[in-house]
Amino acid sequence: MNVVSFIASRLLQMVPVLIGVSIVVFLAIHMVPGDPVELMMHGRATPEGLAAARAELGLDQPLLVQYWNFISGAVVGDLGTSIVQKAPVSEVVGERILPTVLLLVMSSIFAIALALPLAIVSARRADQPIDHAIRLGGMIGFAMPPFWIGIVVMLTFGIWLDWFPISGYGRTFWAHVYHLVLPSFTVALFLAPILLQSLRAAILDVMTADYIEVARAKGLSERRILVKHALRNALIPVTTILAVNIGWLLSGAVVVEYLFSFPGLGSLLVRAAGQRDYAVIQGLSVTFAVLVLVVNLIADLACMAIDKRVARA
Amino acid sequence: MTAIPTQPRGRLLTEITRWPGSLKIGTVLFVLICLAGIFAPWLTPYGPNEQDLKNTLVAPSLAHPFGTDNFGRDVFARVLYGIRINLPFGIITTYVPMIYGVVLGALAGYWGGWFDAILMRILDVTVAFPFLVLIIVIVAILGPGIHNIYIAIFLTAWTMYARLARAEMLVERNKDYILAARTLGYGTGRIVFRHALPNVSNSSIIFSTSDFVLNIMLLSGLSFLGLGVAPPTPEWGAMIAEGRDFLFDAWWICTLPGLALVVTGTALCLIGDGLAQRLGERRHALV
Amino acid sequence: MHLSDPAKAVATAVPLLEVEDLVVEFRQRGRVVRAVNHVSLTLGQGETLGIVGESGSGKSVLCRSFLRLLPSPPAVVTASRISFNGQNLPDLTEDQMQAIRGTDISMVFQNPMGALNPVWPIGDQITEGEVVRGRLAPANRRKRAIELLTRVGIPAPELRVDEYPHQWSGGMVQRAVIAMAVAGAPKLILADEPTTALDVTIQNQILALLMELQAETGTALILVSHDLAVVAESCDRVAVMYAGRIMEIAPTDRIFVAPKHAYTLGLLGSIPRIEGGDQALEPIPGQPPNLADLPPGCPFAPRCRFASSACAGADMTLREVAPGHFSACIRANELGGVA
Repeated sequence: MNVVSFIASRLLQMVPVLIGVSIVVFLAIHMVPGDPVELMMHGRATPEGLAAARAELGLDQPLLVQYWNFISGAVVGDLGTSIVQKAPVSEVVGERILPTVLLLVMSSIFAIALALPLAIVSARRADQPIDHAIRLGGMIGFAMPPFWIGIVVMLTFGIWLDWFPISGYGRTFWAHVYHLVLPSFTVALFLAPILLQSLRAAILDVMTADYIEVARAKGLSERRILVKHALRNALIPVTTILAVNIGWLLSGAVVVEYLFSFPGLGSLLVRAAGQRDYAVIQGLSVTFAVLVLVVNLIADLACMAIDKRVARA
Repeated sequence: MTAIPTQPRGRLLTEITRWPGSLKIGTVLFVLICLAGIFAPWLTPYGPNEQDLKNTLVAPSLAHPFGTDNFGRDVFARVLYGIRINLPFGIITTYVPMIYGVVLGALAGYWGGWFDAILMRILDVTVAFPFLVLIIVIVAILGPGIHNIYIAIFLTAWTMYARLARAEMLVERNKDYILAARTLGYGTGRIVFRHALPNVSNSSIIFSTSDFVLNIMLLSGLSFLGLGVAPPTPEWGAMIAEGRDFLFDAWWICTLPGLALVVTGTALCLIGDGLAQRLGERRHALV
Repeated sequence: MHLSDPAKAVATAVPLLEVEDLVVEFRQRGRVVRAVNHVSLTLGQGETLGIVGESGSGKSVLCRSFLRLLPSPPAVVTASRISFNGQNLPDLTEDQMQAIRGTDISMVFQNPMGALNPVWPIGDQITEGEVVRGRLAPANRRKRAIELLTRVGIPAPELRVDEYPHQWSGGMVQRAVIAMAVAGAPKLILADEPTTALDVTIQNQILALLMELQAETGTALILVSHDLAVVAESCDRVAVMYAGRIMEIAPTDRIFVAPKHAYTLGLLGSIPRIEGGDQALEPIPGQPPNLADLPPGCPFAPRCRFASSACAGADMTLREVAPGHFSACIRANELGGVA
C-alpha cells in the first residue's frame, strides 16, 4: 500500500519532466534553420514531392498542432514515422531497448564486481600504500575514454586472445550474453572508477558510525561487522550514486555500442544523428529520458527496501 | 571562513609546501603538458599535417617516437599539436559554464521562490537526459563541428555547477556570518558574491577537475563518432578514430593518442583529489 | 534509588579488574597526544566505580582501551598489566578479545541514536551477539529479544521488537542498548556517559535501570560521567581524572565530604577558606593543558590556586591519604581542613 502509493506519486512526478523533455526536443528540432524534409531528401525531391512528404508527416500544420500530434501519439506509444528508415519510430526504437537494458545490467554487475572488493581493501587500509595505489588506479581508469578502453579490450580479448566476439548481438539469450561480454566489460571499466571512489567514501563514512563501535563492543568479528553492518548501510548511498550516474553510464554505452556495432539505442542515436533522422532522434530522447527516470525510481525502491527510514520520508 | 586562499604573493611558496602530494604531482604534470603544447614546434621537427608518403605506418623509433600514420604523418607531432586543441577546449568548456552555473545556483539557493523553482525544473529536465545523448541531439540538430559542440556544452554543462552551488548555498545562507552581513544591511549582491560565493564554490572547484576530464573526453568521443572536429585536425579522439582502421598493422596510431588523453586526465584527477584534501583540511582547520 | 553500600567502599579481596600503569597515546603525523597517562586502578567484583572529569580528560579513552576498541593506528596502548578475571588482557589475541567483548565485558554508549544500526530491526540487534556465538538458536531469537526488552522496561515489547531505531525515542533506544549490554550476562559493564545525551527526566530513569540491573545480577560497573551528581547517586567509589591522569580516587562519601585534591575541590565548585564556610560556585580559571605538550609534574598546577613551586616537579603517583582514599596532590594534607 505504502509502496504502491509511493510508486504512483513518483510516476506522477515524472510527467512534468517528460513534458519538459518533449518540449525541448520538439522545439529544438523544429526551430532549426533549414527544412528537415529537404535535408532528408538531399535536395533531390521536386517541390511537389516535398509538399507531399510534408503533408504526409503533418509538417505543414502549425507548430502547436504538430506538438499536440506528437504528444498525443507518444502517450499511446506512437512516436511518428522515420522517413529515412521508412518505418514507425516506435518499432525502430522499440526493438533496441532490450539489448541496451541488457548491456546496462551486465555492465553494472561487472562494475560492481570490479569496484566492490577494491573499495573494501582501499577503505580498510585507508591512507596506506595499497589505498594510494588503488586510488591512483581509479584516477587513471577515470581518465580513460570509453572508446579507447573499448579498442584496447577489443584488441586484447577479441583479436589477440580471440575469446569473445567483437561485434553483433546473437540470437538466443546466451548468445546475447556471450556477445555482450566485451561491450559490457568496457562500459564497466569506465563506470568502475566512479563507483570505486564513492564506495570507498561510503564505507569509510559508515565505518566511523557509532553503531560500528557498538558492534565491536558486542564482540562481533571484523568480517561480520563489515558484511552485515557496514556494507549494507554503505549500499544506500551507492545505490543513489549509481542512479545519479545512469546518465553517465548511458553516455558510455552510446559510444561503446557504436564501437562494437551493437544494435542498441546508442548506436541508433549515432546513426540517426548522422542521417538527421529527426523523428528517430525525437523518439530516442523521450526513450532515454524514460529510461533514466525508471532507473531512478528503481534505485529509490531499492533504498526503501534496505532502509526503512526512507519509506517514511 | 574563506575557502579560496587569497594569499599575499610572498606566501604562495609556503602554501605550495602545504599541498598534498597528489596536488603537487598533478600540477607538475599539467604544467608540463601545457608547456609541451606551447613549445610544440621546438619539440618536434615535423608539422602536424606534414605527410611523408614514403614513410607510412612506421613503428615507433628514434626518428618517430610514436611512429607514423597511414599518411606518413608523425604521430608524436600530432599528439603535441593536439594539446593545442584539446586543452583550450577543456578549459573553456569547463570554466565558462562553471562561472554562470555557480552564480545562478548560488542566487537560486539564496533567493528561493520563483527563481529557484524555475531553475529546479530546468535542472530536473536536463538531468533526465544522459549528457552525451543531449550533446549528440544538439549537434545532430545544429550540425557537426567544434563551434556547435561549444554551444551544446554551454547550454548543458552549467547545470551540474548550479546544482552544487545551490545545495551549498542552502546550507550556507543560514550560517551566522551571512546573517551578520544581513544585519549590517549589505545588499544581496555583496552578500552573495563577496561573502557566500567563496564558500559555496568549493565543491564546484573540486568537481571542475573531473568535468575538465569529461569535456576533453567528450570532444574526443564526438570526434570518434564523426560528430566532432573534421579531419585532418590533430584532435586526439579524431586520431584514435582514424587509427582504428589500422589497429592490426599499426597499434600505435590509436593507442598512443589515447595515452595522451589518459595522462592529461590523470593529472587533472590528481589535482582534483589534492584540492579536495586541501580545501577539506582548510575547512576542518577553520571550523 | 539504589544507594551505595559502605561495606563495599574499599575494593574487595579478589579484584575483578586490575589496571597497572596504563598509557594511551595517539600518534599521528609526528604528533603524540597522550590521552591516558600512567593510570592504575582496581575494581572489585560487583563494585560501581565512577570516573569523572571534564571532556578530554581521557575517561572515555580509558574505558575503550580495556576493550581494545581504539582504532590503531593512531592509538597506541601500553600497560604493565590489565588483569581481568585472572587474564591479562594485553596478552590475548584479537579472537580471544572478541570473545570477551559483549560477554564478560560489555559497554553502554553515550549517544543512543547512533548506537543502533538504522537498517536493522531492534530485536535482531539486541540478540545478534548471542546468535553469532551460537548461544541462541535463531528460532528463539524473537522470544529472547522480547524477554530482554521486558527486563529493561520497554512497554509492549512483543509489538516493538520488530521496529527500527528511528521509530523509538532516545531514552527507549538507550534501554535497548542496555538490554544488548546485559544480554551476555557480563561481569563488567562500562557505561560511557550513558545519560548525557538524554533529557533530565529520562536520565534518572536510565540510571535507576542500570542500578537495578546491577543489583539483580551483581555485575561490576564503571560509570563514566562529567556530572558529579550522577556519580554521587550511584557509585561506591569515584576516580577523578584530569589530563589523562587519575588525580584522586576515594569512596564516594569521602570524595564529596573530604576531597584531597585541589582539582576535585575545583570540580566541586567550592573553595575552602581559612575562616570556614563555602563560597558560591566558581569556575576553574584557565584551560586544560595541551595533551600533546604536557607540563612536567602536576598537569593541573598552572590552573591551581594552591600551586607552589614544588608542583611543577611533583611526583604524580597516588598516595594513600586515608584508608582507601588516594590522591596525587602533594599538598593533599594541607587541604584536609575542610571536612
